[in-house]
Amino acid sequence: MRIKDVYAVYAVGAGPVVKAVDGVSLSVAEGEVLGIAGESGCGKSTLAAVISLTARPPLYIKGGEIELDGRVIQLSEQTKASPDWHGRMVALLPQRALNSLNPTARIRDFVVDVMQAHNAALPRQEVIARARERLEQLSLPAWALDSYPHQLSGGMRQRVVAAVSTLLDPKVLIADEPTSALDVSSQKQLVTLLKALLERKFISRIIFITHDIPVLSNIADRIAVMYAGKVVEVGETEQIVKAPQHPYTSALIKATLDPEPAVRQQRIEGIPGAPPDLRRPPSGCRFHPRCPLVMEHCTRDEPPVVGTPDRFAACWWVAEHSLDEEVLGGTR
Amino acid sequence: MSVAQAPVPLLEVIDLSRTFGSGANMVRAVDHVSFTVQPGEIVAIVGESGSGKTTLGRLLLRLLDPTSGQIRLHGRDVTTLRGHNELKGYWQKVQAVFQDPFAAFNQFYTVGHVLGKALNVLDKPPSRAERLQRTEAALREVGLDPADVMNKWPHQLSGGQVQRVMIARALIVGPELLIADESTSMCDASLRVTVLNLLLDLRKNHNMSILFITHDLGQAYYVSDRVLVMYRGQLVEQGPVEHVLLHPQHDYTKRLMSDVPLLRGREGITAEPN
Repeated sequence: MRIKDVYAVYAVGAGPVVKAVDGVSLSVAEGEVLGIAGESGCGKSTLAAVISLTARPPLYIKGGEIELDGRVIQLSEQTKASPDWHGRMVALLPQRALNSLNPTARIRDFVVDVMQAHNAALPRQEVIARARERLEQLSLPAWALDSYPHQLSGGMRQRVVAAVSTLLDPKVLIADEPTSALDVSSQKQLVTLLKALLERKFISRIIFITHDIPVLSNIADRIAVMYAGKVVEVGETEQIVKAPQHPYTSALIKATLDPEPAVRQQRIEGIPGAPPDLRRPPSGCRFHPRCPLVMEHCTRDEPPVVGTPDRFAACWWVAEHSLDEEVLGGTR
Repeated sequence: MSVAQAPVPLLEVIDLSRTFGSGANMVRAVDHVSFTVQPGEIVAIVGESGSGKTTLGRLLLRLLDPTSGQIRLHGRDVTTLRGHNELKGYWQKVQAVFQDPFAAFNQFYTVGHVLGKALNVLDKPPSRAERLQRTEAALREVGLDPADVMNKWPHQLSGGQVQRVMIARALIVGPELLIADESTSMCDASLRVTVLNLLLDLRKNHNMSILFITHDLGQAYYVSDRVLVMYRGQLVEQGPVEHVLLHPQHDYTKRLMSDVPLLRGREGITAEPN
């Protein structure tokens, strides 16, 4: 899967538009988990809405291209999802997926509704049998299908929704902050479930969006860091965690709190300030007002992309200090 | 500043219980819980969703009546206090910051108005000039510029700013105990650290005690002196943070610890299973 030069804006009233996704290109190989990291308000969820073709006004897609499993879609404001796009090609697992169940219906009735929306001719018994089999394959209790949502814990509901939304074996699962409403134990179980979905080839790849880098480091093969609508750094998970290049990535990593002795012995600092107002993004590098390494031309000129499409950082400082040619994989 | 070695703890919770429902459907949300908080101490209550952490927080704020047990502040039983007038004195000393600052903030009030109203809990409502002066001091304390935010509405502020305003609102009456119930859960990692540092500074500058309710052991480890582990309404383990988190005794604490996603894998943890 490949997305190229995706642009999307929020437009309300006559004022300037919010450029929430501003020229994003990414690729996800088969069997891979791509993590997308960044603070709140960096365009991560907007990107999910664009890729899953669920954008609705005031969000407008301005351009770009999606290639998935041999199919190429040119993106524009008029782009409509084909009937088989949702479910068979792309499944979206949003943050509050656990609340998307119908509180007055048993889970099995919900599953039947969902599946018959895709194919009205499917017999009810067949759908339930298939869901039951799928839950068992994923080591989830099949009795969950006979329960009402309120009888299940939040973590279990999130896992059931993940299993149900991938019943049609989509090519990509976009999980948007799937763990942030869950406690640590449920988080771990959800991550285990997503890995099982991938291993059993029920889904071909995962785009995992979160601000929580420790969670990502336990599931993602590669990580793309987004800031203010742009991808500022891409690399393999180990490269990002152990040798971050972009100052924003390092600041995010430094702000994580692992429960280990080193954490207590020092004062950990967050990133000062907040992500910019994307109606009027800062000139030059969008991170420059908060960057500890800011230089004069960062405030004027767009930063260069240093590295290869698979391992790059978009930063003036990296461009001038990139002694680490090996880390960045060579070519300027 | 209060005395370092107080003979009586600031907060003393004795055999506190709260049940919901009755008969076979009875839920023991808080089940015979006892602990103390000393002046200037940061105590974390950790546990998974549904373990009773928030119910305990609401009991301590006296927003919910206990089924049995006692809460003592400076050795005085406060569980018998009833109604706004009796509880006013308690709320001057015990304040709270909650999970979602936007939900806690009246959309039609400006920052200045919200903070000014918080002073109504004092015995004698202060004069207009004093209100303004205390409001500005509280905002500066949390790192906000009063001239900038005083007349703003919540929708004009970022999530981090609103959470700071809510902390300022709690601070303005000069409480001795701050109950922070998952007050950083909705923040992203960077903002979270900023808010936690603010809590640490409050303790340093005012010797304030903080009861920090969270499911995130990393945050508990960073800010607190002592940890109480809650499981199904009961305190299953408590002690100094290094001890509980690095050498957990109870099976539940061990599981909680092993479920935490770590940035650099598991080798960072030095605990020996024992």
